[in-house]
Amino acid sequence: MSVHETALPAAPSPGLPIDEKVAIRNLSFFYGDAKVLKDISVPLYRGKVTAFIGPSGCGKSTLLRVLNRIYALYPNQRAEGEVLLDGEDILDPSLDVNLLRARIGMVFQKPTPFPMSIYDNVAFGIRLYERLPAAELEDRVAAALTRAALWDEVKDKLRMSGIGLSGGQQQRLCIARTIAVSPEVILFDEPCSALDPISTARIEELIDELKADYTIAIVTHNMQQAARTSDYTAFMYLGDLVEFGETSRIFTHPHERRTEDYITGRFG
Amino acid sequence: MAAQSSPLYRMRRVRGRLALGLSVAAAAFGLAWLVLILFTLLWNGLAGLKLSVFTEMTPPPGDAGGLANAIVGSVLLTAIGVAVGTPIGVLAGTYMAEYGRHGRLTTVVRFVNDILLSAPSIVIGLFVYEVMVAPMHHFSGWAGGVALAVIVIPVVVRTTEDMLRLVPDGLREAAASVGTPRVTMITKIAYRAVRAGIVTGVILAVARISGETAPLLFTALNNQFWSANLNGPIASLPVVIFQFALSPYKDWQQLAWTGALVITLAVLGLSILARLLATARTSK
Repeated sequence: MSVHETALPAAPSPGLPIDEKVAIRNLSFFYGDAKVLKDISVPLYRGKVTAFIGPSGCGKSTLLRVLNRIYALYPNQRAEGEVLLDGEDILDPSLDVNLLRARIGMVFQKPTPFPMSIYDNVAFGIRLYERLPAAELEDRVAAALTRAALWDEVKDKLRMSGIGLSGGQQQRLCIARTIAVSPEVILFDEPCSALDPISTARIEELIDELKADYTIAIVTHNMQQAARTSDYTAFMYLGDLVEFGETSRIFTHPHERRTEDYITGRFG
Repeated sequence: MAAQSSPLYRMRRVRGRLALGLSVAAAAFGLAWLVLILFTLLWNGLAGLKLSVFTEMTPPPGDAGGLANAIVGSVLLTAIGVAVGTPIGVLAGTYMAEYGRHGRLTTVVRFVNDILLSAPSIVIGLFVYEVMVAPMHHFSGWAGGVALAVIVIPVVVRTTEDMLRLVPDGLREAAASVGTPRVTMITKIAYRAVRAGIVTGVILAVARISGETAPLLFTALNNQFWSANLNGPIASLPVVIFQFALSPYKDWQQLAWTGALVITLAVLGLSILARLLATARTSK
């Protein structure tokens, strides 16, 4: 059961141009001496949603945290291998991580609004890299909130604190904040696990709409969610990439026994 | 049912009541002294509380007078202490919580800071005497302010570090994930999240230094007359209280009581302000 064999993408549907926005090659990751990702190779296809599934501790969130180098905030964590974003290795130590993170946005499990107004939450990231006239900035903020399906609920209270919103609204605010800086890739780290079913459905719809413009990776514990939202699915187990392929194929004809056991609920 | 009549159960009830009784007694004992002190202070201080206290200078024995020069001196010294101590304290606390969180230097600084936090203030007074008063050959308001700053610093370092550590890592990650440089994350997000807490720490430091006597005895000394000149000896409420309370003159003793009441009320006011700010933070 070579990982590389299954890591190669299934032939794309004919006529559909498909290429690797992000190419993860032989990636290993260490927390101190503990190796939690073992030689992972997997692509994120441009304009597609790739879901990462697997039992707790399999390394799927860790993998996501490598892609924008958020792990670098902490000591004793290191990655080996290559992660190519449009062919450029983002693990290169000389790379400016802040510029990288402006290109690869992330939405977290727990909604994390900044302690400021709804408007400033969304404008925050824009102001970091662009000096816009007030009217233009307002347009950008409104566009991001509209895109995140939050505009109608907050357009009359943009000056109120973002912390006063409900959990589902906070999460959509965080999505608005992420897309406001116009990233190329968006990473979702269990974005719905703290939300009720209605909010979850809205976020899932949103992810579906966003893939027209962004390359998306989503980590989820919820297999229905992976099946509903993604085009490609990667199943991980104990730091290994067990199987990668089109979502419809993974959920109907998994090649690996462990994938089948997991998606049918026999373990995990 | 059997459990209720068992000797073990009865024993536990007795022990529980005993513990409750002892706790209540200890709390009442402590509170009683506090109430007694406050009552004595109000009783003796209010008698002398009149407008002249705030408008007239400290008098020679037997004359009428007030505490105006001491109050102004205290305000000036406290202002210097806070103005010098707060930036240093906030920056050091920020280093410890944000930049050097996992570093060895932080552990060392925290240990030293804790020692400074509990250092007897007279030692700090003597230290500033050695490094400022002795070389300059005269007592001065500046030296007094610096001595108070040395007391402010560890309090502010401690609160800043503790408050910033309360900022969840998730918030830092969220800030980083839109490409925020660290310094922007700290100043625009972390400080904003804990602003009320840091301000509370500064106010507590003000409350602490406004009653300090020992560090001022060797630095600002005292001044019988009106002086806002920080290059010379300057009066302060705690030192005047110390001097007047030890004197044999009735009117000086009365002024000492009133001065003590003024400090207490000022500190009380500041504490209430700090508490209000803290509640504003939690309800947000």
